[in-house]
Amino acid sequence: MDEMQKMVLEYVIDEYLEDEDEELTVDTPLISGGIVDSFSMVSLKRFLENKYNISIPDDKATPEAFDSVNKICALVKEFI
Amino acid sequence: MAFNEKIRKDYQNQLSEIKGAGIFKEERLIHSTQAADIEVEFPTGSSLEKVINMCANNYLGLSSHPDVLKAAHEGLDHRGYGMSSVRFICGTQDIHKELERRVTEFLGTEDTILFPSCMDANAGVFEAILGEEDVMISDRLVHASIIDGIRLCSAQHDTFKHSNMEHLENKLQLHENKRNKIVITDGVFSMDGDTAKLDEMVTLCDKYNAMLFVDDSHASGFIGPTGRGTHEKYGVMGKIDIITTTFGKALGGASGGCVSGRAELVEMCRQKARPYLFSNTIAPVVVSGILKVMDILSGSTERRDKLEANADWWRQGLSEAGFVLQPGDTPIVPVMLFNAKLAQDFSTDLYKEGIYATGFFFPVVPKGKARIRTQISAGHEMHHLEKALDAFIKVGRKYDILGKTKQEIIDRYGM
Repeated sequence: MDEMQKMVLEYVIDEYLEDEDEELTVDTPLISGGIVDSFSMVSLKRFLENKYNISIPDDKATPEAFDSVNKICALVKEFI
Repeated sequence: MAFNEKIRKDYQNQLSEIKGAGIFKEERLIHSTQAADIEVEFPTGSSLEKVINMCANNYLGLSSHPDVLKAAHEGLDHRGYGMSSVRFICGTQDIHKELERRVTEFLGTEDTILFPSCMDANAGVFEAILGEEDVMISDRLVHASIIDGIRLCSAQHDTFKHSNMEHLENKLQLHENKRNKIVITDGVFSMDGDTAKLDEMVTLCDKYNAMLFVDDSHASGFIGPTGRGTHEKYGVMGKIDIITTTFGKALGGASGGCVSGRAELVEMCRQKARPYLFSNTIAPVVVSGILKVMDILSGSTERRDKLEANADWWRQGLSEAGFVLQPGDTPIVPVMLFNAKLAQDFSTDLYKEGIYATGFFFPVVPKGKARIRTQISAGHEMHHLEKALDAFIKVGRKYDILGKTKQEIIDRYGM
């Protein structure tokens, strides 16, 4: 796991998980799995943009592109 | 013809996908009035079954109360059937204003505006009072109608973890520089039956100069010592800036909703809320029935007291039988089964035992949190509750879940 994966995973766990006993990996489906809803996706996008000083166009910030920590990291790397 | 075979096929495929996913909703036809005892045709075409209704929002048992029916009949005779107009053209009667006054008094607010439904109230209120410079911070488990209202509003939006006050405070700090901030929550959360910590939320909102919005649809009429709602339970009456609620549940159960709260915010809704401006309001016959409900509730706490006693008995009975319950102290008592198929099968077996209680699963509740949501009513007598408890225990034994922990149930049936 690289630094970015670690950081995004930590943020998602801290920000979205409700139950302490829930487990999350870099491949856990976030949106289709019901962990992150489409509203909360907006704050996740904002967090990533601020953290990496990038701008992710709305048409790229799809539920599919945000569906796991791995996919999110791949998306962010496109814009760094 | 625009609706050609290709388009039809496309919609048929979408419907097949819904069926394939096991989330296709079917209506059960009730051939009686809404009450504890109902006659149901399900599946459509089958013979009528007499069952006990354990899943209505008829918390106070007023949906078919004779005094409410009589008042509705009189309203029909004296104020007619329909208004054929929106409120501000020629669709406002004296009884609409009278109901707004009575609701204001009941909830202990400054003013009230009626909407065709609480769905409409929630859909219209945010857009009417907020703009781009503002922020809405909502609990992650708020009702779907609030989510629609938030979508229609240009203000920025953020969420906080369910009932997590530390997370809410973080978000209030994060958005401190916004012009207006509003914290949004349900009073009673309809899927879990827990209540928002309104006393703590009022303190936080005062600290960060935020307004507080509460949807009390599953509370008005029965939560709190005199049934005024969640704000009465937490001792913060007069401190909630906006309360929305429905007349489609405890308060007669017909239809209609309202926004009640600060006079200026209510007036903004009267000027700008689109469901109020572009739709007829509540029909006179229904308004007349609700006015009688307000009379009944203002005169006595008997019904909410009975509801509370019924709900306590039911929760304790299920708990002693060994079911896993979602903790809470409201008439919404979710029996946790975790697995979607188990929830469906459990509901089907209950129906065979004469108990009507629906299973809920993803996407209505999060994955792995499937349940049977039971809802208690003041219309339930002890014999209804005893029969229902016996049925739950019988079906619980069949699936061997009594006395089992969450983990044991998940290990056996999966998430």
